[in-house]
This record gives sequence, C-alpha cells and structure tokens, in this order.
Amino acid sequence: MLEYVEKIRETARKLFKDDKVDVFIGYKKGSVPMMNQPVLISNADQVDLLCWDSNCGLNLCNYLTKRKDRIGIVANGCNSRNIVTHITENQISRDQLYIVGIPCKGMIDQRAVQRAVKQKEILEIKEHGETFTVKGKDFEETFNKNDYLQRNCSVCTHRNPVISDEMVASPVEEQSGVDAYKDVKEIEEMDPKKKWEFFTQAIDKCIRCYACRNACPLCYCPTCFVDESKPQWVGKSNDSIDTMTFHILRAYHCAGRCTDCGACERVCPVGIPVRQFTKKLNKDAQELFSWEAGLTPDQRPLLDVFRPDDYNDFIR
Amino acid sequence: MTKKIYTKEEWIKALAGLKSSYNIFVPVKEEGFHTFKALDEKKSPDFDFQNTRLSPKSLVYPQSERLFEYTLDENAPDANIIKESEKGYFPQAIVGIRPCDAHAFQIVKPNFDNPEYQDPWWIKRFESTTFVGLGCNDPSSTCFCTSVGGSPFSEKGLDALLYDLGDTFLVKALTDKGEKFLNQAQGGKEADETTLKAGEDLAASASDKIEHKISTDKLKDKVQTELFDAPFWDDVAFACINCGTCTYLCPTCWCFDIQDEVLEKQGDRIRNWDSCMFPLFTLHGSGHNPRAKKVQRVRQRFMHKLKYYVDKYNNGVQCSGCGRCVRNCPVNIDIREICELMNGFLHKNQ
Repeated sequence: MLEYVEKIRETARKLFKDDKVDVFIGYKKGSVPMMNQPVLISNADQVDLLCWDSNCGLNLCNYLTKRKDRIGIVANGCNSRNIVTHITENQISRDQLYIVGIPCKGMIDQRAVQRAVKQKEILEIKEHGETFTVKGKDFEETFNKNDYLQRNCSVCTHRNPVISDEMVASPVEEQSGVDAYKDVKEIEEMDPKKKWEFFTQAIDKCIRCYACRNACPLCYCPTCFVDESKPQWVGKSNDSIDTMTFHILRAYHCAGRCTDCGACERVCPVGIPVRQFTKKLNKDAQELFSWEAGLTPDQRPLLDVFRPDDYNDFIR
Repeated sequence: MTKKIYTKEEWIKALAGLKSSYNIFVPVKEEGFHTFKALDEKKSPDFDFQNTRLSPKSLVYPQSERLFEYTLDENAPDANIIKESEKGYFPQAIVGIRPCDAHAFQIVKPNFDNPEYQDPWWIKRFESTTFVGLGCNDPSSTCFCTSVGGSPFSEKGLDALLYDLGDTFLVKALTDKGEKFLNQAQGGKEADETTLKAGEDLAASASDKIEHKISTDKLKDKVQTELFDAPFWDDVAFACINCGTCTYLCPTCWCFDIQDEVLEKQGDRIRNWDSCMFPLFTLHGSGHNPRAKKVQRVRQRFMHKLKYYVDKYNNGVQCSGCGRCVRNCPVNIDIREICELMNGFLHKNQ
C-alpha cells in the first residue's frame, strides 16, 4: 500500500491547484512507530505531509461532521462506508466531498505486534508489501502482515471504497469465505450467566475515558447520553453497572450503522474488545434485515425506514 | 541509611513478609501490559517492565472515591445530615514505582496540600504511602524525564530506591519512611562497596540513554495571553478526539468532579476524576460553556501543564516526562512537540 503515497499527494496537489477543495484530510506520519496522525492541510505546499501505510487505523470520517467547506479526503473501504452513513444521516453533503478512494489490505494490529516481540519497545517499522519488519534496540523481526491484521480487518469483506471520485489504484481482491461472526457466535452460545461474566470481565478495566466513543464516527451527538445532566442517565464513577450501561447503550446507538472499522478497539488504552458490543448488532442487522451499513447513499438508514413489504410479520 | 542487597526471589519473599505492616502494591503483568496491584500469592510481581499502562496515581487519588454519605429516610435520626465516609488509611507501599511517577506526586502536591487549601483525603493517603522506586535501566524512547527535572534514578519523592543489578536488587533507604520499611523487611544483606559502585554506574549510564530532550526554559517568560492566542492551536487540536486517555493515564493530571448518587434513601457524595478534554468539564449551570470548542479544551490541557502551572507554583512544568500520553494518545498528539512549539513561540511583535 506504500505506493499509494505519491498518488495521494499528487491528487491532493491537483485538487488545490484546480480549486476543487478548501482542505484535504488524510494522515501524516506519527512521532512514534505504528502511529499516524489525522491531518488537515489547507494548501498545496503541505501535501508532502500526507502519507499512507498500514497504520492508518483511525477513522477520518470523524473529522467531517458538520463541516461547511469543500473537503478532499482519503477513504478506504470502511471509512468510505462511514462517509456514506454520514451522508445519509445528514452530517455532510456529498457535493462537499472529493473522495480519494484507497483499496485497502488492512491495518496492522499494533498490540498483536507488541505481544509478538514480548512487549519490547519497537523503535522502527518498515513495510514491504505482504511483510513488515520491526526493529528495537536489540532485535529485528519480520512478520507476515496477514498474520497481524487488526481483527476487524482480517474479516473485512469491503476493502475497496464503496464511493469515490477517484481511486489511487485498481481495486484489491475482496476476501471471500471469511466467517465474520465466529466470535459473536461463540458468545451467543454462552448461557446468560456466562455472557454476563464475559461482558463484565471485558469492561473490568474500563477507565471511562470515552476514547472508544470519541473515535467512533457514529458518535457525533452534540451531547452524549452519558454527558446529560438533566436528567443524568448514567453515574460517572467507575462503578461497573454504570460502565456497562455506557458500553451497551452506546452499542445500541450504533445498531445498523456500524461498519466495523475497528477504531473503537484500536484506541482503547486498556485493551477492551470494544467491537464485541457492536458486532452482535451488525450480525442481527444482517440476519434480520439483510443489511450492511453504508454500502450506498441511495438507501435510507436501516432504522429510519418503514417498508410495507417488510418480510418480518411483526411490523406489518 | 540502610543499603541492602537481595536476590530477586528473596526480595519478593521479603515483600510478602511485610504484608502485615503494609498494603503492598507491585507491578503485575496483565494481558499485555503492567498495572499496579495488591501483592497476591496467585500473581507474582513482575519488575521487568518499562512502565505501567496506568500511572499509580489512583493509589493515592482513586478514580472514584466516596467522600460523604447521607440518608434521605425522614424517620432516621440523622436524616439529611451529611457525614464523612469512613476510610482506612492503613500504611501502604508502592514498590517498583518509576522515579517519574514518584516525582509526579511531588508535582501534584502543591495542588492538594498548600497553605490555603488542604485536601484531607489526598494528604492522608499520601502520608500513609511509602514510595519504593525502581530505577530505569532502559528508559523508553518516549521518556523525557531528564528535561523536566527528573532522571531514570531520580530520588525525588521516593522513600527508597531499587537498582536492578540483574539477579539482584540493591535497595537504598532515602528517608525515615524508607528506612522503617527496609528495617522491617526480612533477609538481604548489607550492600558492599562494589555493589554500591555498580548501582552508581548503572544510574549514570541510564541518564545518557534518555535520547529525547525538550526545552522548557522559555515558558516562564512568555506572556500568558500571547501564548493563549498563538496561531498553532488549531493545527495542534485538529486530530484530537477529545477523549480522556491522556488525562487519565497522566500521573500529574489532578482534576475531579463531585457527584451525588442516590439509591433509594441512601446518598453518596463521590469524587471522580474528570478531564479538561470533556465538554461537560466546564459546562455551567446556565448552559453556557466557556470551553465549548475542542481547540479550547486542547489548549487548556497544554496551557495548564506548561504555562499556568509554571507561573503559579514556580515548580517547573506539570509533567514528569513519563511519556504515557505520547505512547497512548489514539491520534498521536505528542506533548514533546507541543512543548517545543510553546517554548519557541515568538509573538509577532517580538
């Protein structure tokens, strides 16, 4: 995916030159390895800041909400689906956007890599196509990228953007035969007591920093329910019931909207498997309504339509 | 002051022997990262770590702490009377705390304990704590303690300091509290000259390993309002998602919120950590929010740490250089870069 960088810069430069955008949103190289920073550039002189590699895991759609200007933005599969969701939910208008589509082969799970090198400090990472090499003070190891993908990327079936104005490269082959919901099925098979234990244990370490919520492009409410004070729905301490309420209610707010971009899980500072809360709802949306979020701007969001021909009896 | 040498097994055994006199907290490895936990036979301490993911500040200043309680039961004799909650202040020891994190308690002290205000709960827990540090043989590339008044073997804020010499720990008492702790610890033997020399050499070489230096020297002379209006804040803040990772992982962030929680007739007044990154942090009862925008909140965090604190306490910056926010910010906002921007800022008239 490294070869995309020049093409992204060239495209951004041209967009500024042709006065097609006011700003361009992409990623720049981070100050620590495996960490890139979302960046907003506003003129052609800054385009060389733009980069792309397998560490662009934060969802850029976050930065589009309610903007008024003309925006160029890079988007891989999941980010493009969130842009679609943003468009259908009236958070941004399609004609404000120039979407530079990126065929994506997945992001590296930095924590899995850190575990693989036994938590030794990684000082440098280099990608070479299907493999990458990490270096530290007294070690150097090369891994297959496919073995260290973020978990959402390893089961992704929408690697290519669903919407774009220009592509930086030809589409990549979509993964087939992946069981996207293997982990959800395992939880579904638990009895209620076990399920409760699973989720209680999962959030045990939560420090209520709200990184998961804030990294999520779906969480754009002007005031989140956990921040309401009149009335106050949820307690603010680290009491486990309040914490659980936050996670479960947030997940329900994402029902039929989540694209499994994995940003929530990636940003959690204490390693909570946050996706497990939303994934079950993605599975339900797919099984009950043949719905996957953000595939086309021509369809209204799942939960704001009534269809007289709905195949479920209860609604008729 | 006592200077002893222990094999690592002996040291862990000695700690177990101290459990009747102290609640002992040690670094424990949990699913990929280290955290301070009460010493427990089931999970052995792991002193082979760079630093814990969360700082040990919660051991003195819990994330949620009940301060007062009351009953709303009109039939009770003490109906609606608020009473201080009972709390225990049994002596505790944080063993293996990194020097930056011990220094951090000294940085926050002027906030909780000053001539004007004394926070009784923070002070009591702080005073009941013995800080037994572990020097950093191999600081991380994101560490910058030497730029903010610390060093990998700094004794600031510590009662005793451990030197990891491979198979053994050299431990030195630094204060009366540390002396008392070590005097109660079983085993070990008096450290000889060679061992002490080895410890000194280790400390000297570790300081050189801190590669990253930041400049803070000009912060004090900047004009607050000029820095406040500096042109770089929009760029600095763009990527920020306004989560609380930086503030909650930070050993020197001290802000809190006080909430009343009522269940049926029982009421609790609870103090919770709060974060200047959250819009609710400054929301007024009127509905007005003086820091309604993200950029204002991001600016506040850095201005507080690197300017207001500097001006108010004359005690350096409100940062101990632990690098947690650098390593864990989801969008890689790096305080080292922002400190350079602030320190190097020249107003247009200059």
